[in-house]
Amino acid sequence: MSLRAYVITRILMTIPMILILLTLVFLVMRVLPGNPVIAIVGMKASPQYIKKLEHQLGLDKPLWLQYVDYLGNLLRGDLGRSMIWGKRPVIQEIMDHFPATLELTIGGFLVSVILGLATGMVAGIRSGGKLDASMRIYSITVYSLFIPLLGMMLQLVFGVWLHLLPVGGRIDPGLEPPAITGLYVLDSLLALKLDSLTSALAHLVLPSFTLGLVLSGIYTRLVRSSLMEVLGQDFIRACKARGLPGRAILFRHALKNALIPILTMMGLQFALLLAGAVLTETTFSWPGMGTFLVERITYRDFTTIQGSIVFYALFVALVSLVVDLVYAYVDPRIRY
Amino acid sequence: MRTFNVSRFLDSVRDAGLDGYMMVAGLLIVVTVLIMAVFAEFIAPYDPVKIVGMPVTPPSPKFPWGTDTIGRDVFSRVVYGSRTIMVVILMSTALSMLIGIPLGLISGYVGGSLDRVLSLIMDSIYAFPGLILAIAVAAMLGPGIYNTSISLAVVYIPTYFRMVRGQVLSLREQLFVEAARALGATDWRILRKYIFPNVFFIIAVVFSLNVADAILTEAGLSFLGLSVPAPTPDWGFDLKNGQRYFLSGKWWPVMFPGLMIILLALGFGLLGEGLNRMLGQKEVR
Repeated sequence: MSLRAYVITRILMTIPMILILLTLVFLVMRVLPGNPVIAIVGMKASPQYIKKLEHQLGLDKPLWLQYVDYLGNLLRGDLGRSMIWGKRPVIQEIMDHFPATLELTIGGFLVSVILGLATGMVAGIRSGGKLDASMRIYSITVYSLFIPLLGMMLQLVFGVWLHLLPVGGRIDPGLEPPAITGLYVLDSLLALKLDSLTSALAHLVLPSFTLGLVLSGIYTRLVRSSLMEVLGQDFIRACKARGLPGRAILFRHALKNALIPILTMMGLQFALLLAGAVLTETTFSWPGMGTFLVERITYRDFTTIQGSIVFYALFVALVSLVVDLVYAYVDPRIRY
Repeated sequence: MRTFNVSRFLDSVRDAGLDGYMMVAGLLIVVTVLIMAVFAEFIAPYDPVKIVGMPVTPPSPKFPWGTDTIGRDVFSRVVYGSRTIMVVILMSTALSMLIGIPLGLISGYVGGSLDRVLSLIMDSIYAFPGLILAIAVAAMLGPGIYNTSISLAVVYIPTYFRMVRGQVLSLREQLFVEAARALGATDWRILRKYIFPNVFFIIAVVFSLNVADAILTEAGLSFLGLSVPAPTPDWGFDLKNGQRYFLSGKWWPVMFPGLMIILLALGFGLLGEGLNRMLGQKEVR
């Protein structure tokens, strides 16, 4: 299969996945026991008010018609309007918060990859030894770390005791860079505002480290097993026979091949990053999608909750598509 | 049936080296928390929902782990909290298994378009961030022990489905299954007598690793205030309650429930890892 044919097939395969996820969200929001309207206004609301709200949300129509409306609106990019505070379009509210989450997940991703590569390589090279055993314990332990507790401890040590880093928020007030991409680090770079850049980076350190450390254990074991497999192959022995130094074999030949299968895991890993980001954001009062979603749940803002979940679903499908395409590009074997 | 022999078990633990020790350490943690949960009435010195002292009193002989933000005994709340999380986790896992395992067996065994459709659905759910899915379901169902269990169960059905289906796919082609079929065994009999027993041990491993994950998800839901309602002791929620005092140095309302979450997740994680390798080794030998 040519790369182009693969790309087209893979894009087509994404459509049922998105449809299933959207249907799932629909089912969760409507068909689960419990009336969303009563969930919004509480048991004590008058029946007239409940009727009115049901009509306003289109919940009085037959279920199949609601489903058609729901998909139709989504196709037009319409996620509805928020039910509180000026009734802004949900998509706008999401766009206000999504860059913060993206910035945090990128930070967490980098930390987890760096830590995971380092620990995984140590374990893979010294497989079977004491270091390997400690890296196994490392990967299990960091995965069990509960993000809020880890985050608070880092806040206490680096923020309160050592006064090195801020304990929460995205940037010092007043230093926000002009909105270009919404990613503060990138925007400050583009606008050449050095004080914004340092502030944004300083705020990013603790949340990224919290999120990245917890997820790094997954990479530790992936890198380890992948590296061990590659190191056992004939071409590595051939390298050794030609008298290449160990360092060159590892970095120039083994690692490159060992990293290919890890690419596939990045899609699923991204879902873990997004989930972990919800807890990281609430711990560090990071104004992203997670804090936004949880806040709107307490206000019972039904349309915003639904819109946010839909947005997450689309984003996850997109990321898994991109990861697969990159994989197919890097490793031609996958296309056949 | 072989009888269980303690000394032989200890020998096999020692032979397994690190895996054996990890499994035993995990088992000890899990059993300790289970004992806490079952005998909470006898272990906890105070009523977990009663105000028994001044707010945020530091640990002292009277309150070994101090008091929380409104003056309840942290130790008693942690002890009773183990019951909440254990009940939720066991109910949700049972529910995930009850749905995921049979669907996985059927999907893998029958194959064809049924398998394709089921796999696509399960893979889609699996790809979705677990905690966020649980948040969505929990937000719609409202708080409560049963509702929280359902929210978690939805997240972990695909884990059991995928694992069982994968096993069935490889078992289906094996000689002993073919032999059974040649002898005229019905599909139901093949599934029950030949395939399910071979899937069983892997379910034990997946159960253990999956519960480690589920504990963190439950604690996350609880931290966000989407698990059981307020006065019920629940580790994640108690941790959240103590958060605003934590940075001023009053660490005990946060630290103890938080460490318990980590310890319990670690316990199941170690148990699963150890089991995995030990059972894996047996297959190779």
